[in-house]
Amino acid sequence: MDEPFAITLDVGSSRANKTGSWRTERPVYVDLLPPCSGACPAGEDVREWLYEAEDGAAGYERAWRRIMAANPFPATMGRVCYHPCESSCNRGQLDEAVGINSIERFLGDEALRQGWTVGVDVPATGRTVLVVGAGPCGLAAAYHLARSGHTVTIRDAGPMAGGMMRFGIPAYRLPRDVLDREVARIVALGVRLELDTKVDDLDAALRRDGFDAAFLAVGAQVGRRAHLPAGSAAHVLEAITMLHDVAEGERPLLGRRVAIYGGGNTAIDAARTARRLGAEEAVIIYRRTRERMPAHDSEVREAEDEGVLFRWLSTIKHVDGGVMRVEKMELDDTGFPQPTGEIEELAADSLILALGQDTDLSLLDAMGDVEVRDGAVEVDATMMTGRPGVFAGGDVVPGERSVTVGIGHGRRAAAYIDAWLAGLPDRSEEVRRTAPFERLNTWYFSEAPRSHRAQLEAARRESTFDEVTHGLAPDTALYEARRCMSCGSCFSCDNCYGVCPDNAVLKIGGPGHGYEIDLDYCKGCGLCAAECPAGAIEMVPEQY
Amino acid sequence: MPAQQVKLYQIGTFAVGNRLLDAEQRTVQARMDRSNSLTSGHRACRGCGEALGARYVLDAAMRATGGQIVAANATGCLEVFSTPYPETSWQLPWLHSLFGNSPAVASGMAAALRAQGRRDVRVVGQAGDGGAVDIGLGCLSGMFERDDDVLFVCYDNEGYMNTGVQRSGATPPGARTATTRPLGAQPGNAFGQGKSLPLIAMAHEIPYVATATVADLHDLEAKVEHAMTLHGARYLHVLVPCPLGWGSASEDTVRVARLAKETGIFPVFEAEHGELTSVSRIRQRRPVEDYLILQSRFAHLFGEPRRDDIIARIQQQADRNIERFGLLDPRAQEA
Repeated sequence: MDEPFAITLDVGSSRANKTGSWRTERPVYVDLLPPCSGACPAGEDVREWLYEAEDGAAGYERAWRRIMAANPFPATMGRVCYHPCESSCNRGQLDEAVGINSIERFLGDEALRQGWTVGVDVPATGRTVLVVGAGPCGLAAAYHLARSGHTVTIRDAGPMAGGMMRFGIPAYRLPRDVLDREVARIVALGVRLELDTKVDDLDAALRRDGFDAAFLAVGAQVGRRAHLPAGSAAHVLEAITMLHDVAEGERPLLGRRVAIYGGGNTAIDAARTARRLGAEEAVIIYRRTRERMPAHDSEVREAEDEGVLFRWLSTIKHVDGGVMRVEKMELDDTGFPQPTGEIEELAADSLILALGQDTDLSLLDAMGDVEVRDGAVEVDATMMTGRPGVFAGGDVVPGERSVTVGIGHGRRAAAYIDAWLAGLPDRSEEVRRTAPFERLNTWYFSEAPRSHRAQLEAARRESTFDEVTHGLAPDTALYEARRCMSCGSCFSCDNCYGVCPDNAVLKIGGPGHGYEIDLDYCKGCGLCAAECPAGAIEMVPEQY
Repeated sequence: MPAQQVKLYQIGTFAVGNRLLDAEQRTVQARMDRSNSLTSGHRACRGCGEALGARYVLDAAMRATGGQIVAANATGCLEVFSTPYPETSWQLPWLHSLFGNSPAVASGMAAALRAQGRRDVRVVGQAGDGGAVDIGLGCLSGMFERDDDVLFVCYDNEGYMNTGVQRSGATPPGARTATTRPLGAQPGNAFGQGKSLPLIAMAHEIPYVATATVADLHDLEAKVEHAMTLHGARYLHVLVPCPLGWGSASEDTVRVARLAKETGIFPVFEAEHGELTSVSRIRQRRPVEDYLILQSRFAHLFGEPRRDDIIARIQQQADRNIERFGLLDPRAQEA
């Protein structure tokens, strides 16, 4: 007995007592889909690239590369995307949504300033793909296909690449040099761009040039014309054509008073463009109310700031020689506008129709196996048409139409084409659970109201096509990135490691999930899960 | 562009760590080399606030002194769950005293070290509210009055939890315990009883008195660190929710402590030589009901009939704390 007087046992550590046996639930680290990514039509990993951007200058390039993994147009989309990510951002329920779109633009612009590029990191496959249409969807598909090692040719009927990004979106929203440089980056991957080359017969083109696969993304570029009784002296234009002409440098004569018929974003673009072309009065005539207008609220607000007028609940009955007859409408119980019989006259030197766009799919006439219904191409779950190897996306397939949707279609179609060329089975995208606001412990996030982008003064907007919305300064972009709450994913705050009363959260260190639960001692109290700011831990019942 | 000048670090210093902050600005608890003064395998209940508070305090004290800490510990939960002979969870020299004499034992340890000329080793005394507010108060007052070189820490869980949740001098009014049943016209603990040991300590005009909770780790560690830069009698009062005695969910321990501060029920402040020197302001003010409703010891206030009169009296006490200690940000009050 070496023990001191009156001592009969050695001192032992309580670590011999495995308190993990008390547990009825165990904490599990999860990685949930943040609502921003869930809402992004382009499929960006928003939370992941914000995480990189939170490091500031050291992380901007990594952040940009994360965006580029999904979307080859950060600077462009940072300007023109309607950012459904922000509409769904959980921070919107705390104070204001994170300004994801403005950070994306900052990163996109930073890439152009610094000359960051991407390359092809895989060996060439030797397979050739034809992309028809050099709009956002076609360019995005070409970009991803090229980065997968395929040889890509884009054919477009127009004189320049960009599609609606160039010919539909006015320069005050998207300066052309930004678009040019982002397109050039795609071409630099070795994509062959054949402009002024209309594909009249896809079947013939495929047979003649022996492409292994094709992606159809010709967009919807035919302005819809309503049956509008018009006299011979009426000056009626179609919005998409007008915007196209302006983009090509023309200045259509519109007169002093311009009326625009329609309620979508194109109507707003046309009205704001008319103001810049010298119209003293631009009035948008729409048959429903502002709340029911499909145009995005920010666009409507900017138009109002520029003096664009609105006439809600009105339809045009007749137009001739500078006079329009407008009938007042009222909404019925179902929210549908019904005529009231009340007619007013309105003076207008010209009328611009912005009533939607249709597709021109005559290039498919010779392909009986590709089904076209209501002006849209039918595709299966992998975006493939009835003809094996021929895929379609963007505005030519049914669904929402926007630049961002187009880019997302391009990315997904590229993945499906890649799988099809390799003879692999359909890669269905995994369904991930979303991280709702209620999962977060927002106590831990610093108070931080949103920083807004400055805008060009209204007086200058009427006379120039200068960009209306400015970018964020570097400090502000960093501030905004750090407002991200990392919904549903660990961002290494050490809370779980700190708040465990049993030291049962081990800090492993290193990037990513730097923690592990020590199940020998975890009693399953749930403090780590409750105090996780990001909701990235959940308690799972033990199985016996 | 109205440049945003505010430096934002996403979670600032609210969380335990923060990858965007310099390592020195993170807490001791975020460190991989923290001393884990109270190690795993202890028998505290799930979600124990006291186990958490003791590790927070001692790890910070260990770091502040380069590991030169000895502790005296009163009988109570903290002792019982950590040292069922022959096992111990303590990873520092630790001495178990009687229930009521741990301040005197700590004083003796400090005197012995002084006699040996050991200026480098510092003494921490620990007790629950039973051992400090009630039974050990005489010894503690003597330790204060002699200005003995001890940091004494009271882990306040507002009752005798180890022996079966009996009322202590720190039990709040209205609370149900084994000895204050929720019966009659004034259910639970009576109003007008109890005592504030931090204010009693301040009345001794000792070098340093502070209160803290397990919900604000940066604040707690800063206070321990500051206390270790001083000599003489120092007192730290830490609110540690008790899932068992309070009837709160084990995962709500930190949340309940946070609400105690945000409602004004538990004022978090610092005082030196009897003068209030700083307060932790309320960040998101909440009604006391938000705090009470999470704890079944107050369940009788929300039953049939609901006792809005008692809830209102508790709210008045919180409001008085807010007024008395200036717990609201003056700018927030104007807005």
